[in-house]
Amino acid sequence: MSIATTHPAEAPHEHYPSGLLRWLTTTNHKDIGTMYMTFALVMFFVGGIMILAVRAELFQPGLQLMRPEFFNQLIGVHALVMIFAALMPAATGFANWMIPLMIGAPDMALPRLNNWGFWLLPPAAILLTLPFTLALFGIGDGAIATGWTFYAPLSVQGGMGVDFAILAVHILGISSIMGSINIIVTIFNMRAPGMTMMKLPLFAWGWLITAFLLIATLPVLAGAVTMLLTDRHFGTHFFNAAGGGDPILFQHLFWFFGHPEVYILLLPVWGLMPHVLSTFSHKPVYGYTAQVYAFIAIGVLSVVVWAHHFFTAGMPVPALIYFMFSTMAISLPLAVLFFCWIATMWKGAMSFETPMLFAVGFIVLFGIAGLTGLILADVAADAQYHHSYFVVAHFHYALFAGGIMGVMTGVYYWLPKWTGHMYNEKLGKLHFWLTVVSFNLTFMPQFFLGLAGMPRRIPDYALQFAEFNAISTVGAFILGFSQLIFAWNVWSCVRGGAKADGRVWEGADGLEWELSSPPPHHSWEVQPQIK
Amino acid sequence: MKTSAAHGAPRDHYFVPQPSLYPVILSGGMFLLALGFIQSINGFLLGRWVMLGGFAVILYVLFGWFGKVIGESQSGAYRDWEDRSFRYGMIWFIATEVMFFAAFFGALFYVRIISVPVLGGMAETHGTSLWPDFSGTWPTSGPKGTPFTPMGAWGIPALNTALLLSSGATVTWAHWALLRGRRTQLNLGLAATILLGATFLGFQAWEYHHAYSELGLTMGAGVYGATFFMLTGFHGFHVTLGTVMLLVILLRCLSGHFTAERHFAFEGVAWYWHFVDVVWLILFVFVYWL
Repeated sequence: MSIATTHPAEAPHEHYPSGLLRWLTTTNHKDIGTMYMTFALVMFFVGGIMILAVRAELFQPGLQLMRPEFFNQLIGVHALVMIFAALMPAATGFANWMIPLMIGAPDMALPRLNNWGFWLLPPAAILLTLPFTLALFGIGDGAIATGWTFYAPLSVQGGMGVDFAILAVHILGISSIMGSINIIVTIFNMRAPGMTMMKLPLFAWGWLITAFLLIATLPVLAGAVTMLLTDRHFGTHFFNAAGGGDPILFQHLFWFFGHPEVYILLLPVWGLMPHVLSTFSHKPVYGYTAQVYAFIAIGVLSVVVWAHHFFTAGMPVPALIYFMFSTMAISLPLAVLFFCWIATMWKGAMSFETPMLFAVGFIVLFGIAGLTGLILADVAADAQYHHSYFVVAHFHYALFAGGIMGVMTGVYYWLPKWTGHMYNEKLGKLHFWLTVVSFNLTFMPQFFLGLAGMPRRIPDYALQFAEFNAISTVGAFILGFSQLIFAWNVWSCVRGGAKADGRVWEGADGLEWELSSPPPHHSWEVQPQIK
Repeated sequence: MKTSAAHGAPRDHYFVPQPSLYPVILSGGMFLLALGFIQSINGFLLGRWVMLGGFAVILYVLFGWFGKVIGESQSGAYRDWEDRSFRYGMIWFIATEVMFFAAFFGALFYVRIISVPVLGGMAETHGTSLWPDFSGTWPTSGPKGTPFTPMGAWGIPALNTALLLSSGATVTWAHWALLRGRRTQLNLGLAATILLGATFLGFQAWEYHHAYSELGLTMGAGVYGATFFMLTGFHGFHVTLGTVMLLVILLRCLSGHFTAERHFAFEGVAWYWHFVDVVWLILFVFVYWL
């Protein structure tokens, strides 16, 4: 794409509040993006500490460190924090920072709404974790202990922590919906003149489909947890057979949201992947159109496959077969993406800076997630693997290697653009290798544990599982502490370091690289003309 | 005042608002509301007051934030480009509302098509049942539910359908008037819409009272009561919001706001009102009638 750039005039010196007030009141997409990313990083460590406690308990058979109830609370809140407070905000942070820069927009379309979307997150995070603190003072019995899925009837019987989690999910949902509306409107209404939808950067395409999925599914989750709330406190019988309801109804409603949620977490990453691969292969993106259609196909398919999460709950055989085949059909557009990623690198002049390392690591490890997903999608096989550690390993390959490592790819790729400084390449590479090795050390044994029959969500286990659990725990601690290198690298990059020029990466292509690094506070006030 | 970008030429300035404290205060209000709600349903005495405080904060922000937006709109800060953002935003917001109601309709269809018939046919299909006497016909409060009389469709609900449908017509009548510059007709149309909406709510309240005091139809009356009150309750809540929104629009019309060319707020509220109308029609058919 060729771009005729008009240099934006220097912004008039408007008065902006400084210090804390700047962040509380800002309507600037870059400030809001920074807040999202910071919040995500903090909550990544909060969720990480929770799961390290869990892994410590699982280091050896028997109960050493905590009561089983507390163990259950930790795994549930770990998942909710990682999904809603770390991965989703990180993706939204990327969107805020990059979509206006990439499509030549002066800002997000609805800037005050944008600010509200972010500031809903801290209250929700507090609601989610407050019951832990309250329990210390003897109020309530701690946080939600049902796992992140809120399954009825366990969640109907649970303590006050469930109410906190329900309200937290409501607020997180409002935040995500506001963010999605803003992103859709921005992409439809704020593109630079001449940027047709088929010239839209793939990252924006990925996010557009994500936003549609959020709009289609988050309100259903809100409805489901509202029914749960009324079942708990207002005497309704949605999930109670005695009143004609059905606990499995909850599973349908939850996974109608829950399955697309996986793609909500992954589509932004799939969107940014081609940018990184093309930059470091010094080649244009392969199969732009195919990738756009693959995104759309995955988006559509993702809302019609939900019941594969509870094949074993009991369902008529035709339903089982339908959900099995529709689930497997997703692997077709996904294979198109894998093919395009590899073809983008094919015969390229590849260089392996940290973002590229993470991108290649992502492709390999996420491939494992996809292939093990096919096994779980098989109704006959799933009866064996359901609710085992095989599932845990599978979705961590999807959401850590796919989600978190994808986010790290983007952070290393765009950090010089955001801060104007280069990060420490040596530390970046160290972080990558430690992460990849320890990630596999943590989760590969969990596949074997699952195959051997170890159920998930239990604090104690049979002796035969001891070795793999010990290895997994060692891996998890290395993995957790390696992320401190990442935090340190980001922090020092924000503070200083070698100056980055506007283009940053030799092979980088796109509107965002036409701006200085860091870009001016207001960019593209005069929109570029795309030819 | 109005600039429309020549095709392909750079458009001029997009309105990016100055920093604002309203969003963060609104989040604070919602936090208090949520916290107070959790406290009160778990029997903490202070809960109600915390909720009330949160609600007051939210009200303050609604007045302040919308007041600011109305001021910006009146000062001509928004032109075609911004106007389009608002329109797209409202459309996708209504889409989320559609999906919210879809969850409850989904629950209704699930219990009517799957869970209740399956519970009723347990003895046949499984050879045994916890509740062999349960027939699994709709309407029902389930095998262990309390007896109740279901709400008939052709009394108040049919009247309410007529009311809401006419209110959809009056708001469109008002819109035509706005487009043609007939301000009296505009105000009359809006006032009639609000009146119809309020009457609908009055009848709905009476119906609830009737259900609880005479029919034994409560939220606890099995899945029929649960789906009935959730669907009609959330719909009624949306009608209430819509009526308040219409009231604000009427007050703005009386102050001479809106022109034939620029009246997004009016249209946004009208869209919302039509959406609430459509939900009622589906609701009337599947909750009251069939």
